[in-house]
Amino acid sequence: MIRAENLSKYFYVPHKMVALNNVSATIKPGEVVVVIGPSGSGKSTFLRCLNRLEYADKGHVYIDGVDVLAPKTDINKVRAEVGMCFQSFNLFPHKTVLENLIMAQHVVLKRSKKDAAERGMVLLKKVGIHEKSHVYPDQLSGGQQQRVAIARALAMDPKVMLFDEPTSALDPEMIGEVLDVMKALARDGMTMVVVTHEMGFAREVADRVLFMDKGEIVEEGTPEHFFTNPQSDRTKLFLSQIL
Amino acid sequence: MSSGLGKPRSRAYFATWTAAFVLLVLGIVWALGYATQKVDYVWRWYKVPRYFYYQDDVEIHAGIQGTVAAIVQGSDGVTTIIVKGDGEQESYSLPKGTGSRVSKGDFIYPGDVLGSYKDWKVGILLIGLWITLKVSFLAIIAGIVLGLLTGLMRISDNPCFRWLSITYIELIRGSPLLVQIFIWYFVVGTLINSMLGQAGLPLVPPLWFGVASLAFFSGAYIAEIVRAGIQSIHRGQTEAARSLGMNGTQCMVHVILPQAFKRILPPLAGQFISLVKDSSLLGIIAIRELTKVTREVITTSLQPFELWFMCALLYLVLTFALSMLLQYMEKRMINS
Ligand SMILES: Nc1ncnc2c1ncn2[C@@H]1O[C@H](COP(=O)(O)OP(=O)(O)O)[C@@H](O)[C@H]1O
Ligand SMILES: [Mg+2]
Repeated sequence: MIRAENLSKYFYVPHKMVALNNVSATIKPGEVVVVIGPSGSGKSTFLRCLNRLEYADKGHVYIDGVDVLAPKTDINKVRAEVGMCFQSFNLFPHKTVLENLIMAQHVVLKRSKKDAAERGMVLLKKVGIHEKSHVYPDQLSGGQQQRVAIARALAMDPKVMLFDEPTSALDPEMIGEVLDVMKALARDGMTMVVVTHEMGFAREVADRVLFMDKGEIVEEGTPEHFFTNPQSDRTKLFLSQIL
Repeated sequence: MSSGLGKPRSRAYFATWTAAFVLLVLGIVWALGYATQKVDYVWRWYKVPRYFYYQDDVEIHAGIQGTVAAIVQGSDGVTTIIVKGDGEQESYSLPKGTGSRVSKGDFIYPGDVLGSYKDWKVGILLIGLWITLKVSFLAIIAGIVLGLLTGLMRISDNPCFRWLSITYIELIRGSPLLVQIFIWYFVVGTLINSMLGQAGLPLVPPLWFGVASLAFFSGAYIAEIVRAGIQSIHRGQTEAARSLGMNGTQCMVHVILPQAFKRILPPLAGQFISLVKDSSLLGIIAIRELTKVTREVITTSLQPFELWFMCALLYLVLTFALSMLLQYMEKRMINS
């Protein structure tokens, strides 16, 4: 499904800073992969390299066999098939909830507004916010906004969903409702890459966990392996701090 | 001021200082009146309205030679005079309320006055106001287009576009508007009109060089306003739009510009108001806008005090109306 080969990404701020160092990973269809690691370890950068929000300096990314980094690739087509949710929701504040869902369907997929609205309402029901379809995003709670953002990504019928700390900006009582939506999505067989600090979610839902530190994947394995029998010292240190 | 951080103020405090304000304003007005009396200036405000609207004598002249064959009073009050000449006949109609100065059988020579009536005409001050309005309106429209394009070029990745816009903005902001008006009129205007003249085409009137100078001038400032507005929209908006598969243009049109526009409106209003006021410089290239016609009127009326105040007041009316309009638009956008 997704194959990342030897990805490296540097930032010049102004000195050369290695954000990703030779990272390789494969995500199979239907798999839920959780990425954990300390702040600044390159988790977001890794995720953003997958749909080219960041252009990796070295290496390759293949999504369904399409070379994402090749200049000839129609990146907008790739991105339409890869849903992404951000820590800060990034809903469009000048559009209502339903319009948020309609926009890209109409503009990118050329669906009629009517079809897009129908599809949008189905998804809003799925994430439990259909009553608020004509409300503006700033009138929703953080948890509701993030669920709308998930629905907005799903409206494009993506093959993969990428989540970058979807619950980190939420008040504790709202984390559950978002995680529930994500769990339901995983049960439905969606391929997912999730950066999160929610270890409960990782334990329960993940097929595989990647631990990143200092721009590298230090360790990977099943949740069971991770939480009972981590190998690397860095993993042990991180888990001891967080659990 | 009303931040609530200062110490609480008593009613007496407000009453005292409100009174101080009123006294100050009255004092300035009195001082002005006193000073004009000292120099024997006679205020003649009654002379001002005629430069807005005035009654003019309109005479109707005969075009042919002949005798008045008939004077017909129409039911609608219009008098028709029929003049019969040598094998030709002409009829002249005088509007309602016009007394005819000839009677039936009179012999008429071409150019003779058949009748005269009074008609209301638009005064020169109002014409000047109209030109100011027209020039400002055209320059604002062109300035918006120029400013939007330049603002987008300014943030583009394309070095050619970016440097073009930077050069344009810096050139315009770095020189006085007066000089730019002269360049448009005496350099660009001369070149264009000479070439048009050589090609036998009609020349471009000065008004258009005036519009161009104002449009390019405000375009540079609008570009900076547009750029700041676009850059004030959080990156996350672009990332969300792009991650959904929108291309750069779609993202700009559907996500960034609609949000930026709300933030752009207030500074844009200020820019438009400056433009209206700056149009007063165009008199120097023979465009008869409000300031120029005010000077013309003063040379005939010799009432400079009243007319300059009136001129300022008219600008105030224009700029106030403009700012009201933009505030209204802003409110509507926020509610939408
Ligand atoms: N746009 C950027 N410019 C400069 N440095 C960046 C940028 N994005 C990320 N970095 C740096 O790259 C490193 C990895 O960042 P990130 O991928 O956001 O880490 P994480 O998501 O794991 O916290 C950090 O040191 C961060 O400061
Ligand atoms: Mg991050």
